[in-house]
Amino acid sequence: MASIWEYANPVKFIRTTDRVLPWLSAAAVVTLVVGLVWGFFFTPDDYRQGSTVKIIYLHVPAALMAINAWLMMLVASLIWIVRRHHVSALAARAAAPVGAVMTVIALVTGALWGQPMWGTWWEWDPRLTSFLILFLFYLGYMALWAAIEDDDTAADLTSILCLVGSVFAIISRYAVNFWNQGLHQGASVMRAGALAGDTEERVSNVFAVPLFVSIAGFVLLFIALVFLRTQTEIRARRTRALLARERMS
Amino acid sequence: MPDLGKYADVVLSSYAVSLLLIVALVAVSIWRARRIKSELDRVEARGKNRG
Amino acid sequence: MIALLLRDLRLGVRAGGGFGLGLAFFLIVTVLVPFSVGPESGLLGQIAPGILWLGALLACLLSLDRILALDWEDGSLDLLATAPLPMEGIVSIKALAHWITTGLPLVLVAPALGVLLNLPGPGYLWVTVSLLLGTPALSVIGTFGAALTVGIKRGGLLLSLLVLPLYVPTLIFGAEVARRGAAGLDVATPLTMLAGITFGVIALLPFASAAVLRINLR
Repeated sequence: MASIWEYANPVKFIRTTDRVLPWLSAAAVVTLVVGLVWGFFFTPDDYRQGSTVKIIYLHVPAALMAINAWLMMLVASLIWIVRRHHVSALAARAAAPVGAVMTVIALVTGALWGQPMWGTWWEWDPRLTSFLILFLFYLGYMALWAAIEDDDTAADLTSILCLVGSVFAIISRYAVNFWNQGLHQGASVMRAGALAGDTEERVSNVFAVPLFVSIAGFVLLFIALVFLRTQTEIRARRTRALLARERMS
Repeated sequence: MPDLGKYADVVLSSYAVSLLLIVALVAVSIWRARRIKSELDRVEARGKNRG
Repeated sequence: MIALLLRDLRLGVRAGGGFGLGLAFFLIVTVLVPFSVGPESGLLGQIAPGILWLGALLACLLSLDRILALDWEDGSLDLLATAPLPMEGIVSIKALAHWITTGLPLVLVAPALGVLLNLPGPGYLWVTVSLLLGTPALSVIGTFGAALTVGIKRGGLLLSLLVLPLYVPTLIFGAEVARRGAAGLDVATPLTMLAGITFGVIALLPFASAAVLRINLR
């Protein structure tokens, strides 16, 4: 029976993700455990940073996912605006808290790492500041979703906020860079050829391999969580629609 | 347990905080998924009974 | 369009329109700062540009929810939506009215308050210029935030939360112009960036605000 809330797509989504989810979660847990255990127990200390270098296995993946989660929300919002697939809007909603938690992890581990290395918990360093701003964006985005009752209106408004917010996030990034040249090491991990050769600034092999494993673990965890949470949002939406229909009849 | 030297507390607390946050996020997601699912099942069953 | 602008200006200046509120808040902030950081004139002079910018920004933030909320409540926004005026024009006029009633007075009193904070000589010019250039951006961004939250009861806190990160670039470049100007340094780079942000925002953001408002009115 066809119905008003565009039944076909969400059902297919739930059916497919239900089949994938157990495998995905298992893979996420295994990769994450391997990456973190490897990084924590079986890597040497850095000659300058001592054992604090072990924080990298949490800090870098979390920071990457914090940005990637926002990118995913941006893509999902665009899909919602152009194609109006409900699943897309709900996936963006589902990803936001995950991204926010990743931002918090990146900030907390960054502060803990910064304390012995730079001698301060908090420094108004461009990257730290940008992440704080990113966190504010996540908070605002989630608060706007929560504040509006009508699902379609909320989806429309939050996706426009996501678009405008992305533009402003990029401007902020440059503004913050201009405002304070920081202490933070550049993104040496992702520089091309991180696995080959060894110049001084680069993260060397011993650290890089477990780091990539834990990045993969974080990615898998993110995908699994977004699938699960999107299912939840779809079901919550359907429940609301059914309840509304009951009240109507 | 590897020897963490003088930075032990910093390293351990960042692992503790991060893992705690991740576990909490996963737990909340699963808990909410279960709750919403059972609620939907209930509402759907009620709808069917009435025809 | 002119008629709408005049009407909004009249409503804004009238009591309860928030005309005095922003100014009073700005005054309170700048007067209280010396009490909290101490009366040392060297220190005050150093932080004066930043304080003036922060005060102006917060005063702006305070009056944002008045841009659209009253018109939304009494239904005149629905009427405006059916008028031959495009929605983009309406939100631009609303932002302009907000700037004239809130931003412009702030710009005008800023030099006077600078005296209280012991602002260094060349600072007066640059604080005024940067505020003059930056406050329109604050009004336009604020209108976008007000349009997003217009349908929400007691959306004031949410509005501040949404607008806060959007204000960051304007604040950084604006305060940088004022700070460098006061210290007698070269202001060209932050000034062009500030101008870029302001004009970019004025040109593009009304489309987003109008889209948001249409969604909220449907």
